[in-house]
Amino acid sequence: MTRPSVADIEPVGPAGQRGRLARLARTNVVWTLGVLVGLAAVFAALRPEAFAGPFNIRTIFINAAIPVVLAVGMTFVIITGGIDLSVGSVLVFSGVVAAKVMAANGAADADWTVIALGSVAGVAAGTGWGLVNGLLVTKGRIPPLIATLGTLGMALGLAQVATDGSDLGAPRRLTDVVGNHLIARQLPVLALVAAAVAVVFGWLLAATRFGRHTYAVGSNPEAARRVGIRVDRHLIRVYALSGLLAGVAGVLNLAKFSSTTIASHTEDNLSAIAGAVLGGTSLFGGSGTIAGTVVGVLIPVVVNDGLIILGVQQFWLFVAVGAVLVVAVFFDQLRRRLRDRD
Amino acid sequence: MPDPPSPALLSAAGVVKRFGHVQALRGAAFDAYAGEVVALIGDNGAGKSTLVKVLSGALRPDAGSMTLGGEPLDLRDPLDAQRLGIETVYQDLALAYDLDAAANLHLGRETLRRPPLGWLGMLDKDAMRAGAVEAFRSLRITLPDVTVPVRSLSGGQRQCVAVARAVAWATRVVFMDEPTAALGVVQRRQVLDVIRRVRDRGVAVVLISHNLPEVLAVADRVEVLRLGRRVARYASADASVKDLVRAMTGAVTTEDPP
Repeated sequence: MTRPSVADIEPVGPAGQRGRLARLARTNVVWTLGVLVGLAAVFAALRPEAFAGPFNIRTIFINAAIPVVLAVGMTFVIITGGIDLSVGSVLVFSGVVAAKVMAANGAADADWTVIALGSVAGVAAGTGWGLVNGLLVTKGRIPPLIATLGTLGMALGLAQVATDGSDLGAPRRLTDVVGNHLIARQLPVLALVAAAVAVVFGWLLAATRFGRHTYAVGSNPEAARRVGIRVDRHLIRVYALSGLLAGVAGVLNLAKFSSTTIASHTEDNLSAIAGAVLGGTSLFGGSGTIAGTVVGVLIPVVVNDGLIILGVQQFWLFVAVGAVLVVAVFFDQLRRRLRDRD
Repeated sequence: MPDPPSPALLSAAGVVKRFGHVQALRGAAFDAYAGEVVALIGDNGAGKSTLVKVLSGALRPDAGSMTLGGEPLDLRDPLDAQRLGIETVYQDLALAYDLDAAANLHLGRETLRRPPLGWLGMLDKDAMRAGAVEAFRSLRITLPDVTVPVRSLSGGQRQCVAVARAVAWATRVVFMDEPTAALGVVQRRQVLDVIRRVRDRGVAVVLISHNLPEVLAVADRVEVLRLGRRVARYASADASVKDLVRAMTGAVTTEDPP
């Protein structure tokens, strides 16, 4: 097809400015953002000085950083119609690999070269697990739920085998500069890294051929195949991307807690899936955005923070997140049924 | 049956395809000429779908020869066919329903930004949207909005998107498998109008249909398959539904005796 120059084309009515606004209003992001702002407003009204102060706002962003990194990868996977239950275990495994490399070369006093080396090793380990997931799902034809449940167990088990079940520490420099540092005394490095991940991968999903093919594969794999998209290869890349981001999250986790925190990531997959789904990503594949996911991750984090400030027992949070996830999927399914009826 | 003046654009002869013990094509022949709508008809099991799959690269024949524009044609897969300007509109449309019409039109053939952003795989969405608007306008297809997901379009509009996509890239041949099967009267007429416009561009349109009155209304010629072989060819103007039925059921055979 010859590409007509833009000047030859009359703007067709609805596709212009009005279309852009209409598109925005159609997206779930706006509604989810409204919920987030509403929740924040309620907490801010109840405890203005404790909730709305700079310290607490910073805490919220620091607490959201690692879940955002995991949920960004999860969003890609869910858009293809898959799921990745292994992210929490892969995070732990990657953290252990990174900590091992750093411990073997100076431990707490390791210099930046060692830290960089360890971080690369951790991210590579995460990517490796992602590749395993992708190969199991495509070449092995194992449903994503089972494949990633299997690697969830394997990655966590191997991390425990490698450490005899006791946590490893992290170099001081990593903790001081990445984990706890505030740029200009205000901006937490962890949150900035998470923001950078969200921006880069949000762009990848929304503006590139890779993102377009991700939607196409989730929307109709057979149609994607017929136009020449290599579906299996694309799925392997998407699972590898999720593994890579779990590896990044593993290094960030090591920096934040100065520990591999082996026992503390059993609900990471729940919070990543809930973040994506609350942000409008459909578990049936084909739709979702990174902006929505970021908002979707922030909601439980804000609720958790607010409950702590109000003195409510925070174990209720898991009850709430689980329930909200089920309700969100229920409405997504309802919406699809109504829409597909005609 | 009148002999068309110029040599066929797409021509197949002696095509054989077996599936185990079943012989779906037993030396089938087929010709399509540039700038015509040719209907391929036949009873269920006559081999229409198999023949179309062979001609569009989805199946490899066991025997037979094919030519495109006089050159020998050997298709390894549908992408091979697409590179040569042969496109297919599948019965199930094969659209990504969550993507909009412009995205579907360019699926797998996205236009990228100029380097350096293009090297990163960044899409030129404006160019693709403009290209889609132009493609729809040239076929006089009216969509409410090229930026809404295809899922929210009507059945006829979706069909038009699938047809427009094939046509946008087809420089020589378009196969359309039952393009009006699931449509209402108005939508059906819309799709048939589009088919005529495609023909007027000089593309050979191969229409597979069960609806014989429709075939006679829109096709210039009709080729009839029976039991894996071509049994008759008609110019639509000289044929009646009765003629077509007789050929399909074996009451007459005008050519290619076994």
